[in-house]
Amino acid sequence: MREQGTALAELEREGTVVERPDEQPVLRFEHVTVSFDEIRALDDVSFQVYAGESRVILGAAGSGKTVLLKTALGLIKPDRGRVWVFGQDITEMPEEELFHIRARIGVLFQEGGLFDSLTIEENVGYPLENQPSLRCPPEERRRRVVEALRFVELEHTLDKYPSELSGGMRRRVGIARAIVAEPELVLYDSPTAGLDPITAYTIIALIVKERDLRNITTIMVTHRYQDAHFLANFRWDPQSGRLAPAPPEATRTRFLVLREGRLVFEGTRAELEAASDPYVRKFIRREQ
Amino acid sequence: MLDILKPPVLAVQEFFLLAGRTFRNLFRRPHYAADIFLQMDIIGVGSLPIVSLIGFFSGAVMGMQMSKALQQYGAVGQTGQLVALTMVRELGPVLTAIAVAGRNAAGMASELGSMKVTEQIDAMRALGTDPVQKLVKPRLIATATVLPLLTIIADFVGLLGGFVIAYFFLNLSSAQYWNNAWQSLEYRDVTFGLLKPFVFAFAIALVGCYYGLATTGGTQGVGRSTTQAVVTSIILIFILNLFITRIYVSL
Repeated sequence: MREQGTALAELEREGTVVERPDEQPVLRFEHVTVSFDEIRALDDVSFQVYAGESRVILGAAGSGKTVLLKTALGLIKPDRGRVWVFGQDITEMPEEELFHIRARIGVLFQEGGLFDSLTIEENVGYPLENQPSLRCPPEERRRRVVEALRFVELEHTLDKYPSELSGGMRRRVGIARAIVAEPELVLYDSPTAGLDPITAYTIIALIVKERDLRNITTIMVTHRYQDAHFLANFRWDPQSGRLAPAPPEATRTRFLVLREGRLVFEGTRAELEAASDPYVRKFIRREQ
Repeated sequence: MLDILKPPVLAVQEFFLLAGRTFRNLFRRPHYAADIFLQMDIIGVGSLPIVSLIGFFSGAVMGMQMSKALQQYGAVGQTGQLVALTMVRELGPVLTAIAVAGRNAAGMASELGSMKVTEQIDAMRALGTDPVQKLVKPRLIATATVLPLLTIIADFVGLLGGFVIAYFFLNLSSAQYWNNAWQSLEYRDVTFGLLKPFVFAFAIALVGCYYGLATTGGTQGVGRSTTQAVVTSIILIFILNLFITRIYVSL
């Protein structure tokens, strides 16, 4: 399965879009190019992610990682190429229809993206109140908000405002908001950026826990190789309530490396560490 | 040469696209009534002190200046008329709009700009709300509702300012001033005096929101957007005023 995946990735990099006959990708980019004022933020990027897989997107600052996630959400329209989410082509989809797709995707923005004029309860409950296809009554909303906040161990902060919380807590609230609607796909944009190592570990542990408890397709953008390591080589152990080492095939994690908008690598962790590309190598060494 | 023109042309295009989307959404659900009332409070009630002060002092100054000019013709008794006409036709609408532009176009640009640079606008879209519906529409409806009301208050307080000057410094009787002021006003003065703030409201709210949503470049970008929003909306108010006055004069 892994070898087949590598071969398919090879083909995709060469420009061929390959279908897996047995399943439909959750997310699929086909020759996607996004430009801002002549600068190509994404340049001919093609890849696909299948249900239950984890993807780690590595890259230096400005390599197009965030743009890639926003394009996957339909927040940014590609100049060229096509994007499919849950089998639907979202490239030219109008905003109203996109809401139904986005209701099935959770997202954690780089700085959390919390609404600073709303309380934590209102922030976490926002998708349940506003997503046209999710809207649920206030009592159920509160129950689900508390449940999501309990998952990140912040159920005591319901009435607080984001400015009253620390950076790490805000990020955890962001995770609660991303998962409150029980999405099938969750996108994490640099979830540990600017956090100390202990808080960063807590955040990654939550991401792995959410992934493994609900078997969620996870895409994480990061510039820290350490985060990638946890996502690829650890699983949540419900018995001990902590992360436990797991063989790479168990986590179904693959890596993408972006460089100035171009996808320069796609493969498993072993392939990543064996890569000969100097950019990829330098990146891993530096981050290790 | 063409490259220099590109950014402003693009900005105008983006502005009209935003305006178009706002108008299209004006009668479309959801309406976010709570946000509309909140904005009415911020813009309307919040602007009352400054609008009243500006109205009072400009009315008083007009009273002084006009009486000085009228003295030469021995027509000081007409002060009420001149204060009423200048306040209702020009000063009330324009000064109120400028005050609200300074307060609220800046407020909108900085609030939406901060939301933009902290990814709250993206989060909003990702979580099921259209920022035009949730942020721009309530601000436009609120401004278009309260600006004419604020103008009425500014006009009245301005007349009051003129009256204080007329009564205490020009020795005009109360009846003389108010009768003169009241009778000089025609329906079309009042109609155009209220049409102006209604049109200016679009310049204030749409320009403020446009610059807010177009913000890039962190906190520095927020500052830049705020300044541009105030400058552009004030310039637009003067340009629109000229056009509306031109229509008024030709009627």
